[in-house]
Amino acid sequence: MQTPAPTDYVRATSVANAIALLEEHGEESRLLAGGHSLLPMMKLRVARPEMLIDINELDELRGIKIEGDEIVIGAMVTHREVLESPVLAEHYAIFREAEKVIADPLVRNRGTVGGSMCQADPSEDLSAVGSALKGTVVIENSSGRRTVELRDFHEGPYTTKVEAAEILVEVRFPIRPGAGSAYEKVERRVGDWPVCSAGAYVVVSGGVVSDCGIGLTAVGAEHFCAPDAEAFLIGKEPTEENLRAAAQLASDASDPSPDQRGPADYKKHLANELTYRALVRAAAASQGA
Amino acid sequence: MQVTITINGEQVTRDVEPRTLLVHFVREDAGLRGTHWGCDTSNCGACTLWVDGQAVKSCTVLAAQADGHEVTTVEALETADGLDPVQQGFIECHGLQCGFCTPGMMMTARWLLDHNPNPSEEEIREAISGQICRCTGYKNIVEAIQWAAEHPKTSEVNA
Repeated sequence: MQTPAPTDYVRATSVANAIALLEEHGEESRLLAGGHSLLPMMKLRVARPEMLIDINELDELRGIKIEGDEIVIGAMVTHREVLESPVLAEHYAIFREAEKVIADPLVRNRGTVGGSMCQADPSEDLSAVGSALKGTVVIENSSGRRTVELRDFHEGPYTTKVEAAEILVEVRFPIRPGAGSAYEKVERRVGDWPVCSAGAYVVVSGGVVSDCGIGLTAVGAEHFCAPDAEAFLIGKEPTEENLRAAAQLASDASDPSPDQRGPADYKKHLANELTYRALVRAAAASQGA
Repeated sequence: MQVTITINGEQVTRDVEPRTLLVHFVREDAGLRGTHWGCDTSNCGACTLWVDGQAVKSCTVLAAQADGHEVTTVEALETADGLDPVQQGFIECHGLQCGFCTPGMMMTARWLLDHNPNPSEEEIREAISGQICRCTGYKNIVEAIQWAAEHPKTSEVNA
């Protein structure tokens, strides 16, 4: 039987209250969002917070909306809400494609966007989506809010720029007219973490790639992205040859570790092939194919 | 801490440790043993029940989080009108072997059909993809859910 170590529990009544509670209870307190990463870690006693601050009742952290030329996803939006969001589907197919292969429907009912981002698992699919789309996160503390680019958000596995008495309140993505996007994942079985995943957006204008983003997860790519591959594609026609070359550069940006999901060379091969497939579909979608 | 959870329409108030998992609250504190406690790791889905109408794995929710919320367990499937079509489907199609995964499978099946009354086979398999039948009788489980989709509740027919 797996049981968390003894802990205390309090329900935050607002974001400001959650921050005040974090300040009051210090380093050994943790925010409890969907709980589908934190509670399993507590059951394994890998995490032993002394105070859980439940933010599930905070409606101010819910909702997906458009603000100006950005899509704003509240931290407590669930994976299921992302999967089913017409707003996200209209602008970026990558969200739906990624969410369909994140965990399973029951976990998606509970797990949250903010929780996934802050857990910062090195195999997190949403982190690859966020880096591919060059999104930003908004972090709040008692002195106000600050914005951090997702490509500067991760300090390392399971570590982010969110400090002890801070809360990630929303994730923002720029809307890019004409962009196509796609997500590709190889997993051992349904609902599992990826062996490797790759996601991309591409804007083709005047026959050449004018803008693109490539995200990778589970293969050790720094900040879940492949900037050299993106730079290579800008101004080039989205031909098979060019997309293949970019995919190779993305694979070069990966640094996978061999584990029970496969040897490093297999994962580098996947980083290459899955990036290629995502780029092909994203470019085709941008061109209305 | 004291929590009050409405389970199948009845308020259950108990003193619990904050670390108490909802699956244990339902089984031990509320005495409803229909919800099964399986893998303990959010993988098998035997503990699936609904919180505020959403199917969730109750081994990965604290009882404290359900305080003031509505929980629905497999015991609520049967009503005065008789068995839920999902239950009947599992009988008709031999949807259970050892029966351990069955309560969770049925709660997900009813949740699916409430949202999508005519699911494709693929949609059914997707819906139960977070659940494990160690007898590996998935074919009959899928057929049981298809049977239930073809035999809506009496109340739904009248509506």
